[in-house]
Amino acid sequence: MSLTQYIFWFLSFLALMSSLMVVFTKNAVYSVLSLIITFFAIAGHYLLLNAQFLAAVHIIVYAGAIMVLFLYVIMMLNQNKDAEPNKHPYLMIISVIAGGLLMLTLVGTIKGAELPGSTIVDAQVGTIEKLGQVLFTDFLLPFEVSSILFLAAMVGAVYLSKNKLQS
Amino acid sequence: MDPLLFKAILVVAVFGITLIVALYSTFGERKIAAVMQDRVGPNRAGPFGLLQPLADGIKMFMKQELIPSVSNKWLFIVGPCIAMLTACMTGVVIPWGGSLTFGDQVFELQIADLNIGILYLFGVVSLGVYGIMIGGWASNNKFSLIGAIRASSQMISYEIAMGMAIIALVMSTGTLSLKEIVMQQDAGLANIVYQPLGFLIFLVCAFAETNRAPFDLPECETELIGGYHTEYSSLKLGFYLFAEYINMFISSAVIVSFYFGGYNFPFQHELGLDGNLLTIVQTLVFFGKIFCFVFFFMWVRWTIPRFRYDQLMHLGWKVLLPLALFNIFATGMVMWGMGKL
Amino acid sequence: MLTNRSKQVVKKEMTIMEKAYLPAIFSGMLITFKHIFMKKATVRYPEQVREFAPVYRGQHVLKRDEAGAERCTACGLCAVACPAEAITMVADERKKGEENLYREEKYASTYEINMLRCIFCGLCEEACPKEAIFLTDRIVPSTFERNEFVYGKDKLVEPIDQRVDVTKRQTPAVLEFKKDKKHKHNRTFLDKVLKPSNKH
Repeated sequence: MSLTQYIFWFLSFLALMSSLMVVFTKNAVYSVLSLIITFFAIAGHYLLLNAQFLAAVHIIVYAGAIMVLFLYVIMMLNQNKDAEPNKHPYLMIISVIAGGLLMLTLVGTIKGAELPGSTIVDAQVGTIEKLGQVLFTDFLLPFEVSSILFLAAMVGAVYLSKNKLQS
Repeated sequence: MDPLLFKAILVVAVFGITLIVALYSTFGERKIAAVMQDRVGPNRAGPFGLLQPLADGIKMFMKQELIPSVSNKWLFIVGPCIAMLTACMTGVVIPWGGSLTFGDQVFELQIADLNIGILYLFGVVSLGVYGIMIGGWASNNKFSLIGAIRASSQMISYEIAMGMAIIALVMSTGTLSLKEIVMQQDAGLANIVYQPLGFLIFLVCAFAETNRAPFDLPECETELIGGYHTEYSSLKLGFYLFAEYINMFISSAVIVSFYFGGYNFPFQHELGLDGNLLTIVQTLVFFGKIFCFVFFFMWVRWTIPRFRYDQLMHLGWKVLLPLALFNIFATGMVMWGMGKL
Repeated sequence: MLTNRSKQVVKKEMTIMEKAYLPAIFSGMLITFKHIFMKKATVRYPEQVREFAPVYRGQHVLKRDEAGAERCTACGLCAVACPAEAITMVADERKKGEENLYREEKYASTYEINMLRCIFCGLCEEACPKEAIFLTDRIVPSTFERNEFVYGKDKLVEPIDQRVDVTKRQTPAVLEFKKDKKHKHNRTFLDKVLKPSNKH
């Protein structure tokens, strides 16, 4: 195995273990921290795929901003045992069914999917110049539509918080 | 020499220099605070008190280690480690000088010339908040928690304005590599000429990101005792304090690289110095510029009182962010007008 | 109004220059920069000692007279005068053969000042009719134990060979009073020999 492969296996192991930790730890703060580790592992995968820009943005946006806000909120909440909502048996059954359905879908999709043989693509495919060119030519419309989506979300958030202040 | 060996030496050198500079920044901070308040400052340990940081370091080592029994012990230890790690990681992409030539081999004085250097820098800086947040939460102390929460909201708020200021810089330089940015400033003028507003925004945000006065709300003594490091003692406290000084040093280096020509200085090619000598002089000039900014950081700290929290948020969101957006717009318009687009 | 420096505070909208903050910040930074070159106020202590005021009130001394006998007669006026109740003493009678040790027939066998209680007001010195106790310009040294701050006669009485100079505390009025030989305690040993006391 080459060094890249070793790194790949290590990152995959790390990603899987930490994402399992996200689900299984009782403490929400630990969950968030494990999720951050997962993001790092995924960013490492991006780097292996020579997608440096994606890796950096992944770290900045997810680990650097979104997860900080997650952590922020969880730290503000007082996690007492009594604060936990009652776990109704129905709720558990429903969640098991929902989770099972998701798993079925995933398994079905992965089984049905064909893994294309590894083709040698342009080594510069993940660099920022290539990405920018593709984004602003082939994917211009989806790019702009997504930015409008973000704008709408922002306006909505401002509206909601303003509304609360007035009442 | 093996290129890998050279890189290893460079890493150790950068790490060591960073630590020494941070060590002596504490001394400089105390001295500058003293002279600005008509005092003398530390002058007992060694000649002119130059061994004072060493004595402080030894004191930090020798102090009793206290871990609160109600704290989350593992995270309590991880917190300062992350703060220190992220502080040290930023030095990787900074070009410390030109290139050295030994025989027919050329060695760049930059640990890694990433073509996304600015993004790397930005990513590491955005991770710096975890050290403070985790440490503050794990202490299980309300002052620490408030300090941690203040730190996180402050850093996230100012990261946005900082990112916008950098975007304008990237627009005018057309690259994300720090080496390239510095090289461009050798050929042309320093970026401060093109991006004065961007520089101002970046500078203010750098103060906020390093938690330095007047933005040191996460650790403001008068309200929060020690903020996020209230419960810390001994070397772990030292890590937090040290990380702040490393951050200050690195952000000075980044400001110089971005806006003040990095290691370049005027008329450097007219001096008739040969390659290696020029590189050494360049590195010294770079450090001189960095120290000017470190001094500036301290000068500001001992001049301007701390912001109130709502003022901080007002400045970040309602002043700096619109200014940064305007800066992007203006940069775009000027570039369009000059036909660079 | 104590001074004429008070200013009427007006709350008005800030001008654009004031709102920009930067001019104010720069002027502030200029001030701090100027202070770098100003004269430092520090007194570098061990090498350079700050000038004491002539009326400085530091550690007490129990004086001896010219012949080396203790002046204190354990009258207790200092203890009464002391607002901090720091002074305690035990009086004793002078034995035969101790005339060179104690000036009067009565003397203090123990004399203690608790330096932690003492506020160095100098009232003991004012109350003393025998000019026995003076406050000097010496500083009470710090120690680790509380009981070491209770100073007994061993620390308070001046050694014969190392007299403590209290001329600063003896104002002209005091010296004038000392010349009045009507009072017995103002007479030295020599005076007594040359001119035995007569009742008045």
